Order: sequence, then structure tokens, then C-alpha cells
Amino acid sequence: MNGVHDMGGAHGHGPVVVEPDEPVFHARWEGRVWAMARLCLRRGLFNTDELRWGIERMPPARYLDASYYERWLTSVETLAREKGVAGAGPVRPSGRNPACEAPPRPRFRAGDRVRTRNVHPAGHTRLPWYARARRGVVERVRPPALLPDTNVGPVSRDWEPVYSVRFESRELWGESGRAGDAVLLDVFERYLEPSATEGEEEVR
Amino acid sequence: MNGAHHEEHEHHEHHGHHGQVSDVEARALALESLLREKGLVDSRDVDELVSRYEHDVGPLLGARLVARAWVDPAFRDRLLHDANAVLRELGISGEGLNIVVVANEPGVHDAVVCTLCSCYPWPVIGLPPVWYKSAPYRSRMVREPREVLREFGLELDDATRVRVWDSSAEQRYLILPERPVGTEGWSEDDLVPLVTRDCMIGVARPGTGGV
Repeated sequence: MNGVHDMGGAHGHGPVVVEPDEPVFHARWEGRVWAMARLCLRRGLFNTDELRWGIERMPPARYLDASYYERWLTSVETLAREKGVAGAGPVRPSGRNPACEAPPRPRFRAGDRVRTRNVHPAGHTRLPWYARARRGVVERVRPPALLPDTNVGPVSRDWEPVYSVRFESRELWGESGRAGDAVLLDVFERYLEPSATEGEEEVR
Repeated sequence: MNGAHHEEHEHHEHHGHHGQVSDVEARALALESLLREKGLVDSRDVDELVSRYEHDVGPLLGARLVARAWVDPAFRDRLLHDANAVLRELGISGEGLNIVVVANEPGVHDAVVCTLCSCYPWPVIGLPPVWYKSAPYRSRMVREPREVLREFGLELDDATRVRVWDSSAEQRYLILPERPVGTEGWSEDDLVPLVTRDCMIGVARPGTGGV
């Protein structure tokens, strides 16, 4: 989803403000909300992608206005409602993530040139906006993971190869990027396609 | 007066500093009683988790890994190759996350961000500070990392290349910074205090400050 949570590259948020001697939690409720979410994850009431998706669905102005743990609170409330925790009927947990019994065979290898797809799914996804339709090079193949896009709702078995892909700063940010600097992203295979080499591109 | 205040504090310990139940506190309490009622959450487990992350899990765990990697090349290799195996051996729970340690190479500066949410290697350095989860850091770190690092007091020369790791899947990155010059012959225990949380996120260098 092209939401406000997808912040990479956005302007206007001001300087980074560091709080000296910051406590782990600023109020008792923050720690309790965090721990409740962890315990629900552990029990399989919902999974991490659903917890994120519950946050991403907050109306943009509310998302920006809410404190960090208020977002967690909102998501756990939403998921509790959706999983039937609040109602009189049975609770409908998502289930725990299954083990990966047959790891998918990766399509790409380290050194491969790839391009991210120009996709704009309305649901949960983990390819940031700033890195769509961008060329990069696979640095490393990561262990497979459940595709976030289909891992909201009942437990998914959509294991997907994941790659650490290097994107040059200039490729991402054009003139305002800096030669030699780079961003490395973990990219699910479904977000990628092979990229033409520089030479091929010139010919086309 | 003091006694009354103390009593009120005890009665309202869920309710923050002003004795007034804020909207979020009330919501959190309602949620906890709902989850407890349905047998999904035990309040003692909540207490235990909060206490563990307030007192036991923190940057010291990561600092010990880094210091040991500086004095023990075989340990360093294993940490870079399979940090999860090392954590298992040391009895540190990775909480099912794939912890990846990235070595800061000469001429390259590495730093970590999560532009989409707040992914962070919390099993080894504790929960992230507010700034790490804030819009300014998340929005700017991928686009203008040098400017952000400068605000943290870290000035990089032109020859240094910056690599920013945006944690967009299940990998959680911990930076293994370069050992500071002038620490030759220091013991592991001497080195530990040099390794701050900020060094392991990549917004500071050992010995140059940071929390």
C-alpha cells in the first residue's frame, strides 16, 4: 500500500531528535502493549505481517499523529476485533508460521542484475515506494521467508526467496544521490525481474 | 500530603504520572483485560517480558559480541557467517529473527534503518530508541545519510562510501564497527564500554560518543 508508513525519501519531517537518557518505555502502558503484542504473536493469534498491516491501515493523519506504541495498540485492537476476540463467538487465530519444508529454488544469484517491478499493491507489501522500478545487483541470497503480501489472514505457505539487493544512491535519487553510496534492501523474489545489461539497454 | 500522593500513586499505578487515566492508558487496560479474559495473555507473562526488556536485554549483549569479535578472529568469522548459530551457542534468544552482522570495512560506513516500520536487532541490543522509529530518521536515512550522520556528530570524509541497510524483510542488521586505532593490546572487557548502541546501529563510531 502506498501509505504514509512508507517514508523512505519523504521530505518535510524535520531533523532527527534524540532524547538523552531515554527509558525503554515512557509509560507503563507502552511496555504492556508491546508485551501483549509479542505474546499474541507467540500464540499465533496474528503474525508480524498482520501486526504491521494493522498499523498501515490507520488513517494517514492518525498514523502521523500517534506515538509509536499507540500504533501498536491500535493494530492489536483492530486484530483482536477481526480475529473475533472481542465478540461472543469463537476466536479465529491465524496460526503460527509453518516450517519451510521445501525451500523454493532461488531464481537469482549473487551478482545478478535485477530490476524491481513497478507495482502498487493496495494491500500489505514490503517493497518500499522509493525502490520500485529501480535497478540493482543481488549481493546475497537470504533464507526464504513467507511472502508478506499474502501473509495477512489465515497462515500462508507462500515461501519466497529473498535477496539482499544493492541499489546505487544515484539510481534511487538521481542527481541528488551520491556516487559510491548505496542502499541495501531485502527484496522478495516476486518483486524482482531480470534487468537488461547496460549494453542491451542501449541497443533497444 | 506525601502519604496521600503515595497512596494515589499505588492505586493508579497503571495511570501514569498525573493520576488521570489517559485515553491510550484506558484502551491498553481494556485490551489487556479482554485478552486475559479470553485466555490469550497472562498478565504475569506481560510483567516478565517487560521486565526482561527493561533490565536484561540491551546494548551490552551486542557490545560483548563486538568486543569479542575484535579480539578473536575466528569468532568474528563465525559471527559474520552465521550470527544466529553464535547466539544459540551463547544462549541468547534470537526470538526467531534472522540476525545478520555486517562488518564495517575500511572506506565504507554502514548504518541501519527500517523505512517501513521499526525493524531492529532487539534480541541483541534491546528495543529501539524513539528517534530510530521516528519519521525524520526513517524518511531521511536512505536519501541523505551523510546529513543525518552529521547531525549525530559523525562527519564522513568524501572518500568514505555509505551503505545503508533498510530492513525490509526478516533480516535484522547489527553493525560490527571497526576496532578503534590505539586499542591494541586492550582486553575484551576493556573494549566493551567503547561499543555503544549507536555504533551498532551505525550512527556513531566506537570512541566518538553515542549512547
